[in-house]
Amino acid sequence: MQRIINDPNLVVDEMVEGFVKNHSKLISKTSNPRVLKYKNAPIEGKVGVVTGGGSGHKPAFIGYIGHNMVDAVAVGEIFSSPSAKSFLDAFRVANSGKGVACLYGNYAGDNMNVKMAKRLAEAEGINVMTVVANDDVPSAPINEREKRRGVAGEVLMWKIGGAMAATGAPLYEVVRVAQKAIDNTRSVGVGLTPCTIPAVGKPNFVIEPGKMEMGIGHHGEPGVAVTDLKPADQIADDMLGLILPDLPFISDDEVVVLVSGLGATPVMELYIYFGHVFDQLKAKGITVYRSYVGNYFTSLEMMGVTLTIMKVDTELKKLIDMDSVSMGLTQFDWSN
Amino acid sequence: MPESFLNSRGKSIVLALVHTIQENTAYLSEVDGAIGDGDHGINMNKGFSRCEDLIKDRDINLTDSLNNLGTVLLDDIGGSMGPLYGSFFLDMAAVCHEKTEIDQYIFGDMLKAGMESIQGLGNAKLGDKTLLDTLIPAYQAYDTALSSKASFKACLSDMVLAAAKGKESTRDMVAKVGRASRLGERSRGVLDAGATSCLLILQAFASSIEPLIS
Repeated sequence: MQRIINDPNLVVDEMVEGFVKNHSKLISKTSNPRVLKYKNAPIEGKVGVVTGGGSGHKPAFIGYIGHNMVDAVAVGEIFSSPSAKSFLDAFRVANSGKGVACLYGNYAGDNMNVKMAKRLAEAEGINVMTVVANDDVPSAPINEREKRRGVAGEVLMWKIGGAMAATGAPLYEVVRVAQKAIDNTRSVGVGLTPCTIPAVGKPNFVIEPGKMEMGIGHHGEPGVAVTDLKPADQIADDMLGLILPDLPFISDDEVVVLVSGLGATPVMELYIYFGHVFDQLKAKGITVYRSYVGNYFTSLEMMGVTLTIMKVDTELKKLIDMDSVSMGLTQFDWSN
Repeated sequence: MPESFLNSRGKSIVLALVHTIQENTAYLSEVDGAIGDGDHGINMNKGFSRCEDLIKDRDINLTDSLNNLGTVLLDDIGGSMGPLYGSFFLDMAAVCHEKTEIDQYIFGDMLKAGMESIQGLGNAKLGDKTLLDTLIPAYQAYDTALSSKASFKACLSDMVLAAAKGKESTRDMVAKVGRASRLGERSRGVLDAGATSCLLILQAFASSIEPLIS
């Protein structure tokens, strides 16, 4: 392992420490070392937005805490759900009295811990509603969509949900648009190399040199096909071919595109990849309304890329355009 | 006739659970590595060892020891195993709460409560390649022995035999729930890590209860 770490069992704790030190104007610690919150949370009159998940996906999840974004995050071990207690504590620090929207990804551990935390929170009088992201197309067929994993589409779900909460909208409205965002979103990933959990010390899956695994999950869950590594344009074509028919995205649609590296792919290559995605969408009459290219949702040091596309209407456009400040996603309208 | 052990002497049982997890940390991670993340042993060891630190210097009974173990797993460990084993031990503890002596009937109720709590959380069924493939047959064997008026020791020994068979049965199963279910057919041919740790836990229950029975 070529890694910049100390004790492999303490990587999450030490990462959280460094993160808080660097983002001290934006982020506060809480009484639970595995829960971080937006410095201003809970915000009076605003629904609390909470997420959480296993570590190793930086900027997800704590990188999306901030202004008009997520209020509190439960932090898990590497690739392992946060505890029910951590989700509960995140609900507590995010709740201003208007309830909490818990927007998270579809994994067995997260489902269980959120379910238990929601039950405990409601016993304390905190109203919690959930939206479970399931944007990863290759993880299950469309008729079993409830089995699909949540991947980088979660970033767009947080952006939309966070923006709606910032308008002062009630909980059911925040949950409605977050659900609409994820229902309009499809993703697919491709992996070029495996990744290693530091405490385990070796990769638990293999991608041979010169090969790529299409449809891989961002913990290394197996994909749909292992093939020879292809040029960027062909990889992009294959990925568009998997997700465009699934929604489907069609001519005259307007979309938000998010291209995220999986951790070890140079950002330069993400732009090569995105250029072709943009052209192909245009050729199909699909307009890219807004796009994000960078490391938004990674998988330790895996090489590869995820492509996420969300169809937008007037409501989603307004929400995606709202200013936001967070480590992972800061945007403001400087053009007028 | 009922045989029993004192709740007040039951801390040794939870320490036996801790020790079996500690001794098998690497083995459990290796089993998990075949179709999971390879961190099952690491996460279990973290939780069980933290419980050991909390209880080893205290004079506490089985109920409180199980409550400590369950709370640590639930609050500090997360993943899937945190809530599953956490609720398992907490619901076992709830049954022996305020019981001075624990006989084979009470322990049977404890097992049943623990099993039902896992069934309620995870939606897994027998045959889905989970820890329930160890736990359900183990409980059934215990209960069958109990109905035929077997001794406490005989009930425990039937439980362990069925648990071992149950664990082994996961080898030929295709995972239906949890992360390994993403592998489909590729999950066949290896043991389930949760089923493996569940056998270790039931074995440790049996071997640590036996010397306490009067």
